[in-house]
Amino acid sequence: MDRSGKTKKLVSRRDFLKSVGGGAAGLGIVPRVLGRDAAGRAAGPDLETEENPRITLTVNGRKIVLLVEARETLLEILRDRLRLTGAKRVCNRGECGGCTVLLDGRPVYACHLLAVQADGQEVRTVEGLARRGKLHPLQQAFIDKDGYQCGYCTPGFLMASAALLEKTKAPSPEEIKTALSGNLCRCGNYQKIYAAVNAAAQEMRKG
Amino acid sequence: MRARDPFEDAYFDYREHMQARPGAPPPPPQEATPAGEFKHIGKYTPRIDGAKIVTGRARYTHDLYFDDMLHGKLLRSPHASAEIVSIDLGPALAHPEVKAALKLKESGRVRWVGDPVACLAATSERAAEEALALVKVEYKVLPHVVDDAAAMADGAPRVGDAPNVAAAGQATRGDIEKGFKDADVVIERDYRTNWEVHQPTETHASAAAWDGDSLTVWDSTQAVQSVRDGLARALEMPAGKVRVLKEYMGGGFGSKLGLNDFTLAAAKLAREAGRPVKIVMTRRENSYCVGYRPSTRFHIRIGAKKDGTITALQMKNYNCGGVGRGDRCAEPFTDMYKIPNLKVEEYAVQLNACASRATRAPGHTQGTLALEGAMEELAAALKMDPLELRLKNYARKSKGETGLEYSLKALDRCYRAGAEAIGWARRNKIPGAGSGRVRRGIGMASQIWPGAGIPGTMADLKIFSDGCVEIECGTQDIGTGTRTHIAVVAAETLGLNPSDITVKVGNSDYPWAPISGGSLTTPSVAPAVRDAALKAADYLKESVSKRLGAPPDAIILADKKLVLKTDPAKAVEFKEAVKMLRIPAVFHGVRAGYPDDKFDFQTFGAHFAEVEVDTGTGKIRVLKHVAAHDIGRVVNRQTAESQVLGGITQGLSAALFEEKLMDAETGAMVNANLHDYKIATVRDIPEIVPLFMDTPDDRLNNLGVKGLGEPPRIPSSAAIANAVYNAIGIHVGEIPMTPARVRAAFKRKKEGRS
Repeated sequence: MDRSGKTKKLVSRRDFLKSVGGGAAGLGIVPRVLGRDAAGRAAGPDLETEENPRITLTVNGRKIVLLVEARETLLEILRDRLRLTGAKRVCNRGECGGCTVLLDGRPVYACHLLAVQADGQEVRTVEGLARRGKLHPLQQAFIDKDGYQCGYCTPGFLMASAALLEKTKAPSPEEIKTALSGNLCRCGNYQKIYAAVNAAAQEMRKG
Repeated sequence: MRARDPFEDAYFDYREHMQARPGAPPPPPQEATPAGEFKHIGKYTPRIDGAKIVTGRARYTHDLYFDDMLHGKLLRSPHASAEIVSIDLGPALAHPEVKAALKLKESGRVRWVGDPVACLAATSERAAEEALALVKVEYKVLPHVVDDAAAMADGAPRVGDAPNVAAAGQATRGDIEKGFKDADVVIERDYRTNWEVHQPTETHASAAAWDGDSLTVWDSTQAVQSVRDGLARALEMPAGKVRVLKEYMGGGFGSKLGLNDFTLAAAKLAREAGRPVKIVMTRRENSYCVGYRPSTRFHIRIGAKKDGTITALQMKNYNCGGVGRGDRCAEPFTDMYKIPNLKVEEYAVQLNACASRATRAPGHTQGTLALEGAMEELAAALKMDPLELRLKNYARKSKGETGLEYSLKALDRCYRAGAEAIGWARRNKIPGAGSGRVRRGIGMASQIWPGAGIPGTMADLKIFSDGCVEIECGTQDIGTGTRTHIAVVAAETLGLNPSDITVKVGNSDYPWAPISGGSLTTPSVAPAVRDAALKAADYLKESVSKRLGAPPDAIILADKKLVLKTDPAKAVEFKEAVKMLRIPAVFHGVRAGYPDDKFDFQTFGAHFAEVEVDTGTGKIRVLKHVAAHDIGRVVNRQTAESQVLGGITQGLSAALFEEKLMDAETGAMVNANLHDYKIATVRDIPEIVPLFMDTPDDRLNNLGVKGLGEPPRIPSSAAIANAVYNAIGIHVGEIPMTPARVRAAFKRKKEGRS
């Protein structure tokens, strides 16, 4: 946005990705991070209409303006459009917490929220948890305590616990369990996930 | 020779893979290393790829996006049984966003709700979904059956060409009639387990891309090698032109062991459209299209002398895996205890649901629930301590003391350690002896599972002249920590740190390794890596021998140095020692064979659970769960503990909550989501105590390691069911032990029935 507050140009996903660090995988035929359709256009609507409203999101600290389909979920925007694939699509109906992100600091199921409902708000994903190349204490604790197995539910658990620790410095066991109870870990590593959150809370209190 | 079915690995029986022993050579002379000398093996090593996972950079199949990528979808039968009259793809192909569509069946039967009929690929997932509705399929609907009792009844609609019930296996030993005659006490019991769905968090997914006549497939799989082989067979192309990749995978538990129909569909659609195609299952599809643990109905008769000596055991099981063949559940009965007279019969029941698939410890989990339930009930009938009963019938040899000697069996130690940790003496001496509305109980269960691994597994270790060490192995890390195990073993052997090792797995082009299932991975891969690393160590010792003025066998690798054993001051830095390499040196490691004609190699374990049962509501709460395992040498205690926690959490979940429910009228699954299909959450988990007996078996391989994937899953549900029995004095007899089933059992007890 320029100073007048008017949007001049929509942020391209390439620029956006550069800024938030959604890197490509190093696999043989490399899946290019930026998908384009057969006509060479970036996927997603290119004309602002009632069905395709313009929204503004702040994603991991970076402001972005984009046209979305009114039916698109926040998770679809994050994954399919912005290629921030940390939030996972597990159940796609608000039952498992695999897509948990922070919306203005609150943990929400991104699969269960339309992108337009997030308009004007701040979104934080697991890609934005580490700051300036340093892991968040929660991330370090998950590594130290082996708070994962396959790792697929991990971003959701991390964001749910980040929301807890940002508002509660010394959570009780009950508070930790409540914060984590909306997330499913099918590998069954809850005991270590709990231990990791507990350890991170202690670490953060130490400062 | 019959052509191999390209899909068969998806439905395979672990035991068949275990018998496949490619070119097993005799074991090489082994240098047994006492555990005390290890710096990394058996210790707590955080995963080497942890940072990738916690930052969201670990890339799963779901997370792949390609230029020009199309999204594929399968059209599935809405009928549980029908004849396809015609399929018309025309209207779907006319959709502007559809780029390819294919029939998956020309005609013939569909036999379950979800049976794939056609597939198509479009420029977006939503467009693909829309277009599915445009495919015109005419069905002639036929009668179906989705309940196993109904499928067994006379006049039930036939699921396939053969009768719905078929003999699936049997075993006999001794004289069963005489055995029962010799018994002082005989009990007869029924046990039932229901359908448990894998529900991995990452639904099944594949992406396919062609480069000329070569195919690359990214698959959420437990078996890159099997998927490669399956694709090559199905597409009738050379295996060398197919590459299967899996970087990260969000859980499988047996449901991702081979080629899937949608993976083949993705490959065919990609070829048709000339663009990459990704197909991702919805949670709904994942719930009813990719398998589940077969249900069982056991009838058991067991007899013993007054002193607890078992004289006879008879088991009959009706096992149901939909249109599949189900599980074989006999092994715990034939192998767990010293039983001279035995008769087991198994029957497979077919009905109109997708084929079951291997589910973490197939057969053993269900069989153990029944066998160990009967042991607990027999102990009560004998007025004996259930642990004493198990020790009384302890088998030192396989096949109920009639087969080979066990190379190593420390189950007795597991019993002692577990009993102490749970406080076994606190249990109700007479089941249900407590009073009040909420009652506590303690129960136990034992486990046996072959965890020997597969000879012939390979790994290549590369050393670059800059000191980098890299391992390539065609295995895959399915969340068990295989990457880290490999790094631990290589680092240990070369005197480096696990974080110094670059591990490359999950690519079918790498040296062969088995499926990651059946507890095969660590005992197959770790010895191969050890072998490669020992060869590298020998080579390096040789190369610095002159410089250190000592023979190679006087040199050890430790602390990133090659050091003289007798004089640690004399050393060459590892980096220095490899500098003379002009090209990378490659050391090929192979997992050797083992003397399987002399010894039987098994894993053992015992679980002890403490529960609280509300006899008013029927709600069960597990308070504590202790797991003691005899699984050889532990490679990484960190991930081994996680495996055990997982086995118990899943076992608890299956014991209390999980059940795939079918609607008789429509033949469809009614709880095909994660809200109505209940999975344990953090709130359901008790204090879990994993204990390892640390029992390296040096006859088995160069590290004495066995597998740990299945063992902790096997007795976990059974121990909880037995603890409930100890609390309320009646075995619920069926899992999941829902509140309604617990209340019904308690009512039966009050009415004096068993």
